[in-house]
Amino acid sequence: MDFPVVAVIAATLTIATPLVFGALGALLGERAGVLNLGIEGTLYVGAFVGFLVAARTGSLTLAVLCAVVSGALAGALVALLTVTLGVNQHVAGIGTTLLLVAACDFANRLLFSGGSQTTTVTFDRWFAGLPPFAQYPMTYVGFLLLAPAVWWVIRSTGAGLRLSAVGENPEAADTAGVSVAATRWTALVVGGALMALGGSFLTLSLLGTFTLDIVSGRGWICIALVIFGRWRVWPIVLGALLFGLFDALQLQLAITPAFGSVPNELLIALPYFVVIAALAVRGRGVRYPGAYLIPYRRA
Amino acid sequence: MAMSSIEQLTRRPWRLGTARPGLVAGLTAGALVLTACGGTTGDEGAGQATADEGTVSVFGAFATPLEEPWDGAIHAALAAVAEDGEIRYDYVDDLATADEMERALRDIIATEDPDVIVGDAFAAEDAVRAVAEDFPDTAFVFGSGGAEQAPNHSVFDHWLQDPAYLAGMMAGGLTESGTIGVVGAMPIPEVNRIVNAFTAGAQETNPAATVTVSFIYSFFDPATARQAAEAAIANGADVLFAERDGVIAAAEENGLPVFGMMVDQVDQAPEHVVSSLVWDMRPTIEAVVAAVGDGSYEASNLAEYSFMVNGGSSLAPINTATVFPIPEELISRVEERQAAILDGSFVTPVDEAEPAGSTTVGE
Repeated sequence: MDFPVVAVIAATLTIATPLVFGALGALLGERAGVLNLGIEGTLYVGAFVGFLVAARTGSLTLAVLCAVVSGALAGALVALLTVTLGVNQHVAGIGTTLLLVAACDFANRLLFSGGSQTTTVTFDRWFAGLPPFAQYPMTYVGFLLLAPAVWWVIRSTGAGLRLSAVGENPEAADTAGVSVAATRWTALVVGGALMALGGSFLTLSLLGTFTLDIVSGRGWICIALVIFGRWRVWPIVLGALLFGLFDALQLQLAITPAFGSVPNELLIALPYFVVIAALAVRGRGVRYPGAYLIPYRRA
Repeated sequence: MAMSSIEQLTRRPWRLGTARPGLVAGLTAGALVLTACGGTTGDEGAGQATADEGTVSVFGAFATPLEEPWDGAIHAALAAVAEDGEIRYDYVDDLATADEMERALRDIIATEDPDVIVGDAFAAEDAVRAVAEDFPDTAFVFGSGGAEQAPNHSVFDHWLQDPAYLAGMMAGGLTESGTIGVVGAMPIPEVNRIVNAFTAGAQETNPAATVTVSFIYSFFDPATARQAAEAAIANGADVLFAERDGVIAAAEENGLPVFGMMVDQVDQAPEHVVSSLVWDMRPTIEAVVAAVGDGSYEASNLAEYSFMVNGGSSLAPINTATVFPIPEELISRVEERQAAILDGSFVTPVDEAEPAGSTTVGE
């Protein structure tokens, strides 16, 4: 059988979708100077809350809305800790991830344990039967709506300018009358909502079920993608596509007889290797946002 | 934190927007405590309602949360036996590291002193065996890749080669393209012998079939498992075996037959799941409880209690409500083979070698 190129392209887009949502969500916070390591937990919350609401109400619209709200709340928690209280961002973020993952697992046990696994309605693909365009709606939204929108907001609007000002030089922004706290709060809340949307893609589009560890480290990949993309929208989207491509490629090569002699472990490591290698090359001389990781206090 | 100590000393009294280390530490600690509580819950009430002094007491000590299918199957069997009043049963789960497991085991023995402790030792073999050695009067019954350890540490594992073989026969008969896709966790003996038996079964009904095997190198990553299934479909597979979660969703969307794992997963896709490999730990538990009850317990390998012939594993009822037809003669052929397994005239071969990514059977 010929190598299924079209299927690999289709899989690339699917795999990259949650990464685009998560990484652009992380980007908003980081442009404002806050690293949100609550991302892994926020993806998890989005996946779980989306699944929960879809399972209980049967409404995908309501499920997505609730996932967005849960993500916004998760972002607000990180904002409370890092912006209002000035906690170390690494500790606050990882603590938030641990808390959210455990809370979801706990709720999952209370609500869904015992008996057979619950399944929910899922989104149908658009353009079904027309690969590689047969994708879930979220994929189109992510690449054609969200990415250009975030790019435009950051580049061409007052809000985007304030975002960058707060992330680069909060003292100057403050002096100019921009509220540093309000800007950072907004960035983290909106960013959290985007992350949760990415998480909900896993349950509401791909799987229709919720299982433990459903996010499997995708949040951390998003964090790497933001650095890989040097805090710019299109390079981040490109990075997500690159990771998706190599992940899709390794899954396909693993069952392609011609590659039977290549150790499977090597193929599995391929997408991570590519991203790390790209980081090593592109990450040199990388310029972080000026106020990265620094809580702002008026002197 | 970036704030210097001088700033901290000289800053104005606390207001919103100013750091307050004590409160912060409290919040963070609170979050961490909540987190620690979330993963581990104990005390299965069901067993205690029927508790009486003569009943054997069993404690479950699981390395993963109960939602993990493997430990979930053990817990389900224990809970069922407890419900019937045969044992008293408590458990603790999510003992993710070897030292957590060891601490929990010593704690369980010190505070509860159960007659039997059941769990999984794969990630904590040395720790569990060390504790077992220290408490020879407690029966240790653990899922393990190793051998039993006298006098009290017995081992079990999920030996699903029988239903895997039967599911493989079904798959071989159902494929039209001649390619069957398997998505598994990773090439470890427990998984290998299931995949290899499945392949051998497919070979019996379809000597020319190709079986592709994708490993996702994770026990839990349903989204990747799903993509692996999509890759298998792109490669020509028209029947799937979901050794891991995530594959059934791909089969359903593509209208393909799929086989489930651990429990009957027909509810997940009632028109596509043909059958599932089901593990029932109850015979293992009952054998141990009986031996402990009459004082004859000693360390042994309990593998055979997971065999189909002893009721420890089975092929879930074949789903005839699928969107694709399942030939009658295929079902009767599988039933015939199942009867041969049950009467002992056919023994499913156990092969724990790593399966190739793409195996063309019959060559």
